[in-house]
Amino acid sequence: MITTIPQSAPFKWSYRLYVTLFFLYLALPLVTVCVFAFNDSVFPSLPWDGFTWDWFFGTEAPRIGVFHERPILRAIVTSGVVAFWVSGLSVIVGTCNAFLFVRHDFAGKNFLYILMLLPLIIPGIILGISILVFSSSIANALEEATGLWFDGLRPGLLLVILGQFSFITTFATLVISARLQKFDTSLEEAALNLGATKWGAIRQVTLPFLFPAMLAAAVVAVLMSFENFNTTLMLVGSDAPLTVTMFDRLKLGSTPVLNAVSLLLIIVSALLGLLSLVLKR
Amino acid sequence: MTSDKSKLGFILLLAPLLIWLITLIVLPHVGMFLVSLREKTGIREYETSFANYAVFFNEPLYWNTFARTAYMSIAATALTLLIGFPVAYYIAKLTRGRTKTTLFLMCLIPFWVSELVRTFGWMILLRETGVLSSFLQYLGVVSGPVEFLYNDAAIMTGLVYTSMLFMVVPLVTTLDSLDDSLIEAGYDLGGTNWSILREIIIPHAMPGIVSGCIVVFMLSLGNYLTPILLGGKDSLWFTGLIYNQFITRFNWELGSAFGFLLLGLSSLIVFLALKLSGQSLGKTMGR
Repeated sequence: MITTIPQSAPFKWSYRLYVTLFFLYLALPLVTVCVFAFNDSVFPSLPWDGFTWDWFFGTEAPRIGVFHERPILRAIVTSGVVAFWVSGLSVIVGTCNAFLFVRHDFAGKNFLYILMLLPLIIPGIILGISILVFSSSIANALEEATGLWFDGLRPGLLLVILGQFSFITTFATLVISARLQKFDTSLEEAALNLGATKWGAIRQVTLPFLFPAMLAAAVVAVLMSFENFNTTLMLVGSDAPLTVTMFDRLKLGSTPVLNAVSLLLIIVSALLGLLSLVLKR
Repeated sequence: MTSDKSKLGFILLLAPLLIWLITLIVLPHVGMFLVSLREKTGIREYETSFANYAVFFNEPLYWNTFARTAYMSIAATALTLLIGFPVAYYIAKLTRGRTKTTLFLMCLIPFWVSELVRTFGWMILLRETGVLSSFLQYLGVVSGPVEFLYNDAAIMTGLVYTSMLFMVVPLVTTLDSLDDSLIEAGYDLGGTNWSILREIIIPHAMPGIVSGCIVVFMLSLGNYLTPILLGGKDSLWFTGLIYNQFITRFNWELGSAFGFLLLGLSSLIVFLALKLSGQSLGKTMGR
């Protein structure tokens, strides 16, 4: 089954048909969501009542579009704030980890490496509840000891950021390590020969080389943070990020305004995803 | 190289890793385990015991849901592998250049989009007033609206869809690294399509198959959205029970025990998969 070995025509065509059907299956839900963002009906379902822009720009209830729907706009801002912190923190820690694992040999390195990979195989909801239980018990202990309130350790944005950071850092570490491994250390040695300090060589030679990977990791972190649901759901407080807000709407049944949000999300995530691929090359 | 300065540098690099892993991964899980061993005997009075685990084993609803979640996840993993393998092979071996990049990107795009949006898409397609039902009525296959949502098949469709990319991407990567001349040699030596698949292609793709299966299984097991939104009233999922104990019932002790059981199950199956296929976690996941 390779191009140089001839296969019978029916086999070739049925294989192609299968692959075509597969891609239809992949595209179907996304295309459906997008198309119904323009349906002139208050439910995201058939029959098709004509084309409208109301679900983007509408101002009168029940036809309030995304750009005038306060709770959704607020949720987008919340998600943005969370994504900003998660992405910044995970890139910083990920870069340190990459230097540690690529450049240093030490006792227990393999053990720490496996431990670092674990967040990939812990279900997100478990990461969420374990952090919830742990931070609450710290908050309880601190409150009992000091008599003060420690609201930061109760469900809320800080915990959401920490929860997402706890597993997104693994991805950032892997992306940045992959690029650091390709770095030719003789470049750094040359800088040292030319009189650079150790830190100066890293800052002026190694970090610029790593920069595309760090940016790619940041973009991937923003994407993962924006779309994370399981971990966030367990740690969320009063200001919900976008996915949790959308989930609450979806359970109750909503107008096609959700389709409009989804359409925007699809466009933005596809663009960010492509950007991360270009950067990783 | 072991000067005090480079030692200090090493410690500065080690610190963020340790702080991250200890405060956000290790201690929370130890804490959760300790909470799961707590039995509430009165107001703010606790005793150490396995009572919460006993509750799980004595209540058929709980362990039935647990078993159901496990076998549905295994089924979803197998189905994803069966559906995804031919596609990955097609992309890796039968296309070249721009077509290959395009097909690969088309696989990646749905993965970048939030799971919520993907599930929402399936809801619109499958619901009673949805696209599929209307299409079948239009064709005259059925006379009235049909509900495709809220059953196990809908959950399965959603799970397979959501995890497909995590299977296809590692498969494409490993199949890509298989040299075509090995397959040609197989044919020259008189191999059939089937024997070449079994003796050359699958053994070579094993790391990709294992890492794909691990990720897909774990994602299905830990999925919350798909079973809640696509499944019916009695299609419970174990993560749903955990959520109920934590958020609705506020019984953190039992919820922690459930969480630990789920974690134990997923670790056990990942461990078995690695042992059976002779792979290691670092090799399959750390790419």
